[in-house]
Amino acid sequence: MTTKHRARYWLYIPLVFMAIFYLIPMYVMLVTGFKGFEEVSLKTMWQLPTGLRLDNFREAFDKLAPSLWNSLNMVFPAAIISSILGSLNGYVLAKWKFRGADVIFPLILFGMFIPYQAIMIPLVEFMRTINLYGGLPGLVLAHVIYGIPITTLTFRNYYATIPTELLEASKIDGAGMMGIYWHILLPISIPAFVVVLIWQFTSAWNDFLFAVILTSPSNWPITVALNNMAGSQIIAWNVQMAGSFLAALPTLLVYVLLGRYFVRGLMAGALKG
Amino acid sequence: MRSKRETLQSVLLVLPSIIAIAVFVYGFIGWSIRVSLSAWKGLLPDYTWVGLSNYIQLLTADARFQVDIRNTIIFTLIFVIGSLLIGLALAIFLDQGLRGEGFFRSVYLFPMAISYIVTGVVWRWLMNPAMGSRLSGLNLLFQSLGLDFLINRWYTTPYWGIAAVAIPAIWQMSGYTMALYLAGLRGISDELREAARVDGASEVQIYRRIVLPLLSPVTLSAMIILGHMSLKVFDLIISVSGKQLPLDVPAIYMWQTTFDGYFYGRGAAIGILLLLSVAVLIIPYIIYTLRSEAKV
Repeated sequence: MTTKHRARYWLYIPLVFMAIFYLIPMYVMLVTGFKGFEEVSLKTMWQLPTGLRLDNFREAFDKLAPSLWNSLNMVFPAAIISSILGSLNGYVLAKWKFRGADVIFPLILFGMFIPYQAIMIPLVEFMRTINLYGGLPGLVLAHVIYGIPITTLTFRNYYATIPTELLEASKIDGAGMMGIYWHILLPISIPAFVVVLIWQFTSAWNDFLFAVILTSPSNWPITVALNNMAGSQIIAWNVQMAGSFLAALPTLLVYVLLGRYFVRGLMAGALKG
Repeated sequence: MRSKRETLQSVLLVLPSIIAIAVFVYGFIGWSIRVSLSAWKGLLPDYTWVGLSNYIQLLTADARFQVDIRNTIIFTLIFVIGSLLIGLALAIFLDQGLRGEGFFRSVYLFPMAISYIVTGVVWRWLMNPAMGSRLSGLNLLFQSLGLDFLINRWYTTPYWGIAAVAIPAIWQMSGYTMALYLAGLRGISDELREAARVDGASEVQIYRRIVLPLLSPVTLSAMIILGHMSLKVFDLIISVSGKQLPLDVPAIYMWQTTFDGYFYGRGAAIGILLLLSVAVLIIPYIIYTLRSEAKV
């Protein structure tokens, strides 16, 4: 342990250098965002603004507000419904394994790794048939269903750590399967719910592929609208930078405020409990 | 111990999800396979059987698909190796018990919270390829730091443009790799390293002979996770370069040929080829992970 605490200050050189590398895009987004229109120029993109102006953010917000609103309307139902399903599945697959559960679980898991291009044509055709093509409910449905594998995995791993004796004891007291879930498991599931909700919120907010194939322009969430804005020649790069920051802000806030839970969700994505 | 009723209840509880996955994952894959074996071209479905001709066409006669395969290989190699090396180095540095570890870790990981679209839009301006008096972005930074030799045309570089797109991908995912390695490092007992030190091993030897071999399961998992991501890469390239052909990858080709060109048969075939390449990596990984979990 002694060597671990001996200060090796040279280590800060690569650490700080890499921190700069990670923060460069953030720096450029913010510095550009806060400049006034008249001081914006590609020549001076690395310089600090002379004052704090909100022109760029205002302009970007005017353009992106409808899609920010669409994203907000979409992410909450998507995250909440898939978390509830994941919790129920996780409960059964951790504590009430029925015959065949060991085969079904890996089959469910595979769903979180598939390239969605392999199901895209049927998905669009299906959404057209059930009249959900183009709108937000269809997008929510896609996020809920393709979110089931990761939410199930996280909850299953979480519930697996809870001693079965605890459940057995309440069974003796006469509690049924749903009673145990409702009175014993659910109250101690809050941390797992936070992890899963954050994870689903982030992935639905950041999704582009489902959004671009399933929604029509008036229902575009922020990622599609931002990409579209960036692709147009008319909108200045400084407004694009401000728009990028607005698009990143909600998930960044979640990361800053609840980072610990976010990282746990990340680790679950690598299948490790 | 468990009543019939409870077994039935437990099955009913997961049944909606099982049906949803059965239909939306496996049913749709089957449907895609059927489309990939059809002549469907145009707005209206056409399930005329054409056998494997869409696949044969793609793999033997489609110049664009050849570019896609080449791009995917270059992107994957740079992205995976870059993320692993940076992630491992950062994890080892952070594992030395320095002050401020938590801060650095948060900084390295924050790109994971951001969408590929935001990353792509910002990096597109950072990697602005304009030359001469219109120099900007990182090139301008290089110039002002006197590092002119680093000035390059980034993603517009002929033939190697795809390598530049791997940079934002590494930016986004190396922190994640670091987190995986850091978790692995924390799992290696201090006694083991201490014992090696007592035996006179140098720090470098300890890492080479003890730590790295013990981290190889982490490396394998990280390689599989990153590798399967890079096979699927889509948003990032779209937002950096739009739909420029030199940076094309299978996921973009599938999307464009299906929804812009209405070549449904071909699009489905690309989707299934992508699925197969991902499955080769992921299925053994899932089986291996669940088996080793069962052993514990």
